[in-house]
Amino acid sequence: MSNAPVDHGRRRFLTIATSVVGAVGAVGAAVPFIASWNPSEKAKQAGAPVSANISKLEPGQLIRVEWRGKPVWVVKRTPEMLESLVTTEPNLRDPNSDEEGQQPGYAKNRHRSKKPEIFVAVGICTHLGCSPTYKMSDFDAHVSGIASGFFCPCHGSTYDMAGRVFSGVPAPKNLMIPPYMFEDDNNLIIGKDEGVA
Amino acid sequence: MFKNLMSWIEYRMPFMEKMNLHVMQYPAPKNFNFWYFFGSLAMLVLVNQILTGVWLTMNFEPSAERAFASVEYIMREVDYGWLLRYMHSTGASAFFIVVYLHMFRGMMYGSYQKPRELLWLFGWFIFLVLMAEAFMGYLLPWGQMSFWGAQVIISIFGVVPYIGDDLTLWIRGDYVISGATLNRFFALHVIALPLVLVILVFLHIIALHEVGSNNPDGVEVKRENDGTKYEDNVADKFTFHEYFTKGGKKFIVDAIPFHPYYTVKDIVGVVGFLILFCAVVFFAPEGGGYFLEAPNFEPANPMKTPEHIAPVWYFTPFYAILRAIPDQLIGAIAMFAAIILLALLPWLDRCKVRSVRYRSVWHKLNLVNFVISFVVLGVLGALPATPEYTLIARIAMTTYFLYFVFLYVYSKNEKTKPLPVRLS
Amino acid sequence: MLKKLLSVLALVASSAALASGAAVHLDKAPVNLKDTESLQRGMRLYQNYCLGCHQMEYNRYSRTFRDLQIPDEVGMENLAFGAQKVGEYIKNGAPKADQARWFGAAPPDLTNVTRVRGPNWVYTYLRSFYVDPSRPFGVNNVVFPMVGMPHVLQELQGVPTLEHTTTVDAHGNEVHKTVVVTDGSGELSTDEYDRAVADLVNYLTYAGQPSKLEAQSLGIKVMIFLFIFFIFAFLLKKEYWKDVH
Repeated sequence: MSNAPVDHGRRRFLTIATSVVGAVGAVGAAVPFIASWNPSEKAKQAGAPVSANISKLEPGQLIRVEWRGKPVWVVKRTPEMLESLVTTEPNLRDPNSDEEGQQPGYAKNRHRSKKPEIFVAVGICTHLGCSPTYKMSDFDAHVSGIASGFFCPCHGSTYDMAGRVFSGVPAPKNLMIPPYMFEDDNNLIIGKDEGVA
Repeated sequence: MFKNLMSWIEYRMPFMEKMNLHVMQYPAPKNFNFWYFFGSLAMLVLVNQILTGVWLTMNFEPSAERAFASVEYIMREVDYGWLLRYMHSTGASAFFIVVYLHMFRGMMYGSYQKPRELLWLFGWFIFLVLMAEAFMGYLLPWGQMSFWGAQVIISIFGVVPYIGDDLTLWIRGDYVISGATLNRFFALHVIALPLVLVILVFLHIIALHEVGSNNPDGVEVKRENDGTKYEDNVADKFTFHEYFTKGGKKFIVDAIPFHPYYTVKDIVGVVGFLILFCAVVFFAPEGGGYFLEAPNFEPANPMKTPEHIAPVWYFTPFYAILRAIPDQLIGAIAMFAAIILLALLPWLDRCKVRSVRYRSVWHKLNLVNFVISFVVLGVLGALPATPEYTLIARIAMTTYFLYFVFLYVYSKNEKTKPLPVRLS
Repeated sequence: MLKKLLSVLALVASSAALASGAAVHLDKAPVNLKDTESLQRGMRLYQNYCLGCHQMEYNRYSRTFRDLQIPDEVGMENLAFGAQKVGEYIKNGAPKADQARWFGAAPPDLTNVTRVRGPNWVYTYLRSFYVDPSRPFGVNNVVFPMVGMPHVLQELQGVPTLEHTTTVDAHGNEVHKTVVVTDGSGELSTDEYDRAVADLVNYLTYAGQPSKLEAQSLGIKVMIFLFIFFIFAFLLKKEYWKDVH
């Protein structure tokens, strides 16, 4: 048993150094546990781009396409609907789609779409995740003077025909526009655009 | 503010007091050697098994149709799923390696002797539950070895007189091993048995801290304070909890506080162990075909038995005994006896000297005999039975049992060396 | 295609072992998971010759293409079976029950074949078919006697036959050898055939454990970290134990 004086400096240094290395190890060991909660290959493949044929879409008609387990709406807007986008603007929370991340750059316009008449959006209310109802002609019960729009039955949020949210409803943001591209005039690919390989 | 909060908690739940009692001011003999790493390592592996097990459960599907595919899904499609699975499968084997060495340590240094009989019994129960846990876990991947290994082991219960057939039927819940069996094993493997294990480990440690650790010399560090003077006593430098000194009635010799001395030492052991463990996990997860057996990469097929089936390596010593005896019932009895005899060691060993260091040459030889018998049985249990191997297995089985007989006989009046006063 | 008569395969097996069906000497498969081109060639062979009967039902095209550095479009055009999508498992769509009726037993899934049998076994097996008119498909196999599948790679290898030779070694003992020789009618020479089989086995080895390369590269980092940790832990222990020793 040595009675030499303890080198406290060395002891403190080694304690701290070992603790730091140990902490790095603990963080490293946590990585696989945390990362395993990411979407698996199966989930990612289920989230792969989907295609939709829009050749039979009638004016005013809405079709639902499942993409990543969520409903994606494709609506062929009528000229009246497109006109209504001007009328609604004073009553909207974010008429110019200034909120980043709610739409790709090419949908940052009044009709929030690539082609004015074809509207593509994720049909999930930005409030608490319900799927709003498409009111093709009886929307004025919710917003007077506007014939068509989307109404969320859960908490009464309302959106116009470009998925822009009205002011004074619970939903904070415009509907999400997914990345999409036109393969040709009749075929739409959702989940993938020219920017994403 | 912080101090107030601490004392508020301390008043209602004496956390610091318990830390002092069990860690900071707990007297541990100063002469622990290599063999004393395996207790803390067993704890580490238990934590590893519980954590990786919980995470595997998140993606495993306990049904005959999906179990195999869901394991392949974990291995191929879940981020780091392969790592979690290999950590769990390697952990199972590591658990037994560590526990076998831990138990052998107890046998070498007589750690089961008075007053540590209960401590030993708790440990033995842990071993028993661990075997059940491992056996049930092995069925879950639903590979060929899972299926046929379970088939063989469940059939062992069929030798019970009168109720054997009904018993195996009841265990399986079906006429063959099926989804019903898989589901009940899954429930026991992920919830019931781990809970029992954790409780037993807790009791094991409580029992240990009551009587204190044994050590390679097998002499006590807590002694009656009869005025004996001990020169150069390292324990004099430290304060131990008064629970151990009993207000001066007890005197502590050659012991050091568990923290920091054994915490820093155990960290070295843990990292050393992890180096070996990770080498297997990352570079040889099959463990040479012993940790993950080749036929288990094929889904269970009740119509076709693999050419050679053997239980996983950690069961082979006991399996070899079962197989060595031509009569089924006696074979099963012998196998369980081989396990139960270990629990009786505190009463079979009648010697007052604990450590092999100070015991007779007979005991040393007998201990060597035990190790050789156990290893030979383990190797034979993994090999196909041939007449020669069966003969060797019978000899090894006999010498295994003779260990206990000899021990009981010579330990009564054993010629031992004088015990040292101080720890080496 | 050069037609060689009697090109001799490297496979050698003792007659005794053959007769008893006991363990046959296995050739070492030249597996190299980092050889992406070999893996790509192996996958092409698998898709063309194996997938018709043997599925790979735990691996997806998407993941396989990513690991083998095949662009999705190129892969789907050239390698996919029928109208499969890139996110699907590599399957052939044949109902197992029908296959069981056609072949006596459903051809096994091959995702894990190299983990069940080992790469060397597969490598040797695919080079050990020989003509045996007594068998339903007209061929038998040295490593897998009474095999229940036809020699699908025959158009590559040519028609293989067994040849027994007896030579005398340096000590004057008779050595019986059984070798598989082909008539050279295949598209590939013996060396080319061996390389093709090696590619296929390489691919199957990848398929059995797609995470293997990832495990090895991560493993090295973990080991380096643990060695550093060990040094610090060891020094810390030494430092504290100065109090005791």
